[in-house]
Amino acid sequence: MFRFVLRRLLQMVLAFFGTTLIVYALMFAGQGDPIQALAGERPVTPAQRAYLTEKFHLDRTGVGGFFYRYFDYLRNLLQGDLGQSLTGRSIGDILAAAWPVTVKLAVIAMAVTILFGVTAGVLAGIRRASLFDNATLVLTLLVLGIPTIVLAPLAQYLLGVRWPLFPPTAGADPDLYALLLPGIVLGSLSLATALRLTRTSVAENLRADYVRTARSKGLVRRRIIGVHVLRNSLIPVITFLGVELGNLMSGAIITEGVFNIPGVGFNLFRGIRTEDGPLVVGIVSVLVVVYLVANLVVDVLYAVLDPRIRYE
Amino acid sequence: MSDFETVAATEDQAARRGVSGEPGTPDRVGVPQRPRSLAGDAWRDLRHKPVFWISLVLVVLVAAMAAVPSLFTANDPRDCLLSRQHAAASGGAVFGYDFQGCDTYARAVYGARASLLVGALSALLTGAVALVVGMVAGYFGRWVDAVLSRVIDIVLGIPLLLAAIVLLKRVSTSSDTVRLFAVIFVLAVLGWTTAARVVRSSVITAKEQDYVAAARMLGAGNGRIMWRHILPNALAPAIVVLTIALGSFIAAEATLSFLGIGLKAPTISWGIEIDAGRVHMRESATPLVVPSAFLALTVLAFIMLGDAIRDAFDPKLR
Repeated sequence: MFRFVLRRLLQMVLAFFGTTLIVYALMFAGQGDPIQALAGERPVTPAQRAYLTEKFHLDRTGVGGFFYRYFDYLRNLLQGDLGQSLTGRSIGDILAAAWPVTVKLAVIAMAVTILFGVTAGVLAGIRRASLFDNATLVLTLLVLGIPTIVLAPLAQYLLGVRWPLFPPTAGADPDLYALLLPGIVLGSLSLATALRLTRTSVAENLRADYVRTARSKGLVRRRIIGVHVLRNSLIPVITFLGVELGNLMSGAIITEGVFNIPGVGFNLFRGIRTEDGPLVVGIVSVLVVVYLVANLVVDVLYAVLDPRIRYE
Repeated sequence: MSDFETVAATEDQAARRGVSGEPGTPDRVGVPQRPRSLAGDAWRDLRHKPVFWISLVLVVLVAAMAAVPSLFTANDPRDCLLSRQHAAASGGAVFGYDFQGCDTYARAVYGARASLLVGALSALLTGAVALVVGMVAGYFGRWVDAVLSRVIDIVLGIPLLLAAIVLLKRVSTSSDTVRLFAVIFVLAVLGWTTAARVVRSSVITAKEQDYVAAARMLGAGNGRIMWRHILPNALAPAIVVLTIALGSFIAAEATLSFLGIGLKAPTISWGIEIDAGRVHMRESATPLVVPSAFLALTVLAFIMLGDAIRDAFDPKLR
């Protein structure tokens, strides 16, 4: 177990360096004259140039200088200093304001997923090949096949504009009601996957030997399913939900953009639209770290939850 | 050598007759009794599935749309007049006109080309990379496998949309073709890992088979064994994964174009159309609904097709 966690950590560190290096190399290195780019069309005095060159270690050239500046960027990233967006706001402040909204949205999406996805999955798994089972399979296929950029605007149009059941956009400081529709849209994708995963897992476990034993012992059906089958079948589902929570935190770009929710994804959406390079890089760097950590936690959780899995 | 192979192949198929679970090469040796190969079984299974036919018809329709869009509409998608902004359906424009006064239906039809081009070429590129990496990793094993598997792990750990945003922000060209290929390249660079894993695992299963050992004893080199004996086994699962991936590449292209970093106008793409239609949905919803329906149906068709083929090829589900 310890060795597994250690190996997984090392792997994550590698992935971290790999991705941040790519992000850095693509965004900052290789541009013609960064000082002139910073100043825009205005002229740069020699004194300013000397100051900025020293501040950002631009006097070092070649591969060594590249890595020197890369580690500068890494140190700032790890210290939480993400720099400023083109409009002059601190990216750290922008993110601090945006996180609570994104987390709220992700929690709603996750609640929808668990409430409907896992429940329906268990029912479909118990009654395999029934009408209910087939209907959920077709429905989940539809949901899985329809991209978010179709689902989100259509939901907004149908349920927000055509039949105004929900507010079509959220705006600043959104309440729970305004976040409900985006939460459902965001959660629908993981709902479909969670449903299918639960269904397969339950159906598989129902055929296991221990279920037959429990049945021959004379246990009631409710206890067999509620205690024996569910415990074993929900292990992969829980790990999947963990990965999804990481995804939801970072993957809400489209949903937040469409519904105008001032979360992290919305800021990224706006950064892309307004060509705000530093803002995009700052947010992406943070999101990559969140994603990697979520994956790590889930992998470790998997090993803890399921003792049958042995990592060498 | 070749004589022996034919005999071995015939024997192999004869032994397999009736047993339908073994992964095997598609039957191309003209044996008169027509033994049941895996592909034959799968085909028999597929023929009776309405889902397969529906998705196949949709895929063919979209492919035809991409190849010859003028077959489906007589109107020019770039013929836009502000005077007929959000005008009702008339003439060839069955779905009316959008905010810019362009024919909504014609634009959706012409959008098929970019989507399908990106989807198909990324899937091909992905398939090529996945086959090479998966074959090399699975066949040579040991440290080669260890290194390649770690590379796969790392690339798999990179979130696709975020990485694509960073990579595509770097492309500042105004040339449509370059942009198109940049999108294809980015999707392939980030998307090859799942297929590579599938190929690797089927190669590992295949290389332990007796006929591979026999071929090696007869003096066949690594290249010949990989090409003639192992590749056919890895091909079927890879094609299934790639069909589904094709659908998700189309969705990814549309998403990137929607965000404004994928394809850009004047290229016609469903993602751009959806974004434009979204802004004016209160005045008229058809410019949003039509490209949305085209995109959703295309992605669904590929996913359903891949799903049906996989079910047919997976003996456990039969």
